[in-house]
Amino acid sequence: MAVIRDMIPPFELYQPSGVEDAVRLVGEHGDQGWVLAGGLDTFDWLKDRIKRPAAVIDLGGVAELGGISETDDGGLEIGAMARLTAVAESGDVRSRFPLLAEAAGLVATPQIRNQGTLGGNIVQDTRCWYYRSGWPCYRAGGNVCYAGTSRSMNREHCILGASRCVAVNPSDTAPALVALDAEMTVANASGERTYAARDFFIGPEIDITRMTVLEPGDLLTRVRLPAPQPGARWYFEKIRDRKSWDFSLASVASVLHVDGDVVRDARIVVNGVAPYPVRSDAAEAVARGRAPDDETGQMAGEAAVQDARALRHNDYKIALMRNLVKRSVRDAA
Amino acid sequence: MAENVIGTDIAPPDLRAKITGRARYAEDFRAEGMVFAKLLLSPMPHARVRRVDTQAAEAMEGVLGIIRASDLPGEAGPRERALTDEPKYEGEPILAVAAVDETTAAAAVEAINVDLEELPFVLDPLESLREGGDDARLDGNTVKDREVFSLKWPDAVFEEAGEDRLPMGEPTAEWAVGDVEAGFAEAAVVVEETMVHQSVTHHPMEPRSCMAYWQNGKLFLHGSTQSTQQARNAVARSMELDVEDVVLVAEYCGGGFGSKISGAPIMTVPAVMSRKIGRPVMLRITRYEESYIGRARAGFQGWAKIGFRRDGRMTALDLYLVQDSGSYGASDFGTAGVVATASYQPENMRFRAIPVYTNTPPRSAQRAPGGAQIVAMLEPLVDKAARELGLDRLEIRKINAADGDGWLGPNQGRFTSARVREALELGAELFDWDAKRQLSGQTEGTKVTGVGIGLSPFTAGSSGRDGLLVVRDDGKLYVHQGIGNLGTHSIADTARAAAKVLDLSWDQVEIVWGDTRKHLPHSTVQAGSQTTFAHTRANHAAAEALVALLQELAARELGDSPESYRVADGRVFRAGNASVGMSFAEAARRAVALGGKFSGEEYPDDLNDATKAAVQGLAGQGLVAAAKDNYPRDGAIYSWVISFCQVELDKETGEVEIVDLASSADCGTVLHSRSLTAQTNGGVIQGIGMAKSQRWVFDPRWGVPLTKRFYTARPPGILDVPRSPRFAAVDLPDPQTPVGSKGIGEPPVGAGEAAYACAVADAMGGRYLRRTPVTSDMILAEMEGRSGPYELLDTHV
Repeated sequence: MAVIRDMIPPFELYQPSGVEDAVRLVGEHGDQGWVLAGGLDTFDWLKDRIKRPAAVIDLGGVAELGGISETDDGGLEIGAMARLTAVAESGDVRSRFPLLAEAAGLVATPQIRNQGTLGGNIVQDTRCWYYRSGWPCYRAGGNVCYAGTSRSMNREHCILGASRCVAVNPSDTAPALVALDAEMTVANASGERTYAARDFFIGPEIDITRMTVLEPGDLLTRVRLPAPQPGARWYFEKIRDRKSWDFSLASVASVLHVDGDVVRDARIVVNGVAPYPVRSDAAEAVARGRAPDDETGQMAGEAAVQDARALRHNDYKIALMRNLVKRSVRDAA
Repeated sequence: MAENVIGTDIAPPDLRAKITGRARYAEDFRAEGMVFAKLLLSPMPHARVRRVDTQAAEAMEGVLGIIRASDLPGEAGPRERALTDEPKYEGEPILAVAAVDETTAAAAVEAINVDLEELPFVLDPLESLREGGDDARLDGNTVKDREVFSLKWPDAVFEEAGEDRLPMGEPTAEWAVGDVEAGFAEAAVVVEETMVHQSVTHHPMEPRSCMAYWQNGKLFLHGSTQSTQQARNAVARSMELDVEDVVLVAEYCGGGFGSKISGAPIMTVPAVMSRKIGRPVMLRITRYEESYIGRARAGFQGWAKIGFRRDGRMTALDLYLVQDSGSYGASDFGTAGVVATASYQPENMRFRAIPVYTNTPPRSAQRAPGGAQIVAMLEPLVDKAARELGLDRLEIRKINAADGDGWLGPNQGRFTSARVREALELGAELFDWDAKRQLSGQTEGTKVTGVGIGLSPFTAGSSGRDGLLVVRDDGKLYVHQGIGNLGTHSIADTARAAAKVLDLSWDQVEIVWGDTRKHLPHSTVQAGSQTTFAHTRANHAAAEALVALLQELAARELGDSPESYRVADGRVFRAGNASVGMSFAEAARRAVALGGKFSGEEYPDDLNDATKAAVQGLAGQGLVAAAKDNYPRDGAIYSWVISFCQVELDKETGEVEIVDLASSADCGTVLHSRSLTAQTNGGVIQGIGMAKSQRWVFDPRWGVPLTKRFYTARPPGILDVPRSPRFAAVDLPDPQTPVGSKGIGEPPVGAGEAAYACAVADAMGGRYLRRTPVTSDMILAEMEGRSGPYELLDTHV
């Protein structure tokens, strides 16, 4: 059968107005259903006729999924449907979690941030261009990886966490949320469950067809950020080819607790280098107990990439990841 | 006295419609009973269609018709047609389906089974030139004198080249000026380098959608094209129709950059489909389809050896280009050699080249075709030589710049004008080169500064077209423009020449364009930056003819000799006694009454047939003046842009930020300052994109492109350049054209591209990475001493 792109095939559209209805619909339709938030990931798939759900459940009318509110413990709760612009510009987010505001503000373009949601940015699918072209790879349910061969064009692909698939997580907000120890709340027919951000993202060794714990029938409803520790330093940087409308080649998010001149605790997360945001325990261990300077940064960077392995065209990512980790220690403020 | 219309900022007449969204582009049109077509694209880079099973599709409700290559006019041959049974690239259209709506048409395409015989494919020209390498086409891999044939280079050619130099076997094109070996013998410094300029797609914002219908044997076509009168000719040719049987409506064009010069092959699809099914047919081209059929710039794998005397003068330039011609050919390589002479006026030069077909989408002109590539490839080598000679980089360019009438190789004579040194000095002052060059190599934190200059000439005019003016009884001047409205404002700006001659205020001028029913004169194709030069002349000539007609009419009606009358402010009146005269409105009425040469019943014999037909159509509607541009011109028309770029390169990430950007130009008299600035800066940014981020990546194993979307192809965005790039023009007239203006569309591209490439190399201490684009990964690998991502001669990466 011939292939045609850029033309959305028909589907049943559901537009629930409450979370309960949304969860029910998502459950009812299971793997035949598709959750639509801002549509930036969704419409690419639908237009290309590669993902062909029978039913689309549009969350656009579920007002209660959109807010940003304070929690009892002094943290914030952000609805999955909060627009990225709202997150980037929220006074609460900017004052308490500037790391997240910065990351959200660097997504794509103003128009995309006005439309795109925090939940959508977190759960978006990988941008591996073989997979996105509809090739029958492992992630698409096939039995080959087109991106990982010695002749593949894989400058954008992973240096860590490869397991048959070499795609990377493209999210800008995901590494920030992992660094901030966020928690994701997932609802389904049997109730709610909360995941630490770090565990929310999964690699291909767990399930090669998914980027997160979400399974058919699941709905990410909100993200909870624990109260920020006073005086914590942070760093975020996104490296990309263009200054707008570009996914990262790699990004780094860090939160450092510095006492006097010594790092007491650190959370350092790199994205764009693996199928999931990589929290570098090795880099954090190096940083702890040392001054947040160039030397410590260098050591932490080296530690972060010790297991990294380059594909044919992405050796630079090893140096890039090392340097980003270095900067995230040295330049955190 | 009317205001001076030359050089002032006047909003073009299409501006409001564009800004408010009222402008209707091809896909905005609807016709009674209109249906939609969709294309079936080849899934393979090279194949032969064995069998097509359309049974299921045809049985679907709402499907109205299917056309294949055999339904198109003409014979399948070496030239590209809209549909094919031997696709030569992934994405080449094989057939089209029409249905009551697009959803149905798409579903029908999906229901079609195409049985394809896989044929060998090749993406890399050098691979095709090897013994045993595949040819991209069944008839060969290269072309000479329009004959396609297969050419292979002996293994020894590749062995001799090794890994660090371009293999250079037998070329298909070769010329020389002087004796290049003698030039090298005289040289104090010789630089030699192999480098790659990759192919890139055009990506106009508006894809080439088109809608067609027929009435009484006449084809009505709404398309997206850079030209109008010439596009109609092209459509007539491809449809095998008389020109009179084609109506083309193309008032707006959402960008072409050389990819929509006249009629696009794809226009035949709705035309043929509509004739077959008897309904108007809209073919909306999607971004995905545009990435395949939307044309691309030809890439070069090149080698250059350049000799300089101690004083900085270029004594010898030896150039070899292997061109990636895509599946249907390109002529960029020839222009590249010519532009190199315009750039440096080398005392001796040898040029060799071979175009090679690949199984990649079709090439066409792309804004400075050949010119931008060669400028971006050679300018960093000039910097390298300047370093070795201890010369300032501005100075070495001044030393080698074309001056006065200069020369264009090979055998293309003198320039009509060349004020390159003035432009270099103007740009250097604007950018403050003297201060900025001191910043070269300075480091702050992790960032190191680099500065660069890019000097870029390109062809900028032609002559001999027609102008056509009508004064109607509303007293207004109607300037009929056969040129297209591709977004450059030239439909309005070239009409200023007529207003100037008539000393008429601009609010009395109406532009007629964009619809071939409106009686449009013979024009240039809107390409090669010809329009400004060609059509200020044509409109100037027609206005002079109009003045003569007005004088004669006045003399006839009011007495005295024609010479005793003057024309200004919408009146013809007696010199010294302005009360004796008549308004344009009155003149128009009298012209209609008089007939003959006054109202277009008679016209000059040297007009092009298209103009004659237009005049005949207008006859009797007012005072009609048509004239051919017979102004003398002896020389090649070239414009120059020089860009200056300052960058900060982050040594830890490879990211480069452009912190300052300024450009200057010699394009003759400034016709429209604001538009000129926008044109130049836009071209500069387009060039920077090729040097910095834009890619057209193919998978070498499967032979198919992976960058089919804007976000993967990465043309530059406005945030990638400083907020306010600066610009200044020399603004001195070209002496060989009445208004003094030359074209500007193309030279900025190479200037921006080269200035950026030179600035990046400068920031890296003179290390030139020898390819486009130079992305942050390559820079970081170089800074870190790691292996780079690509081999020296890799293409489509």
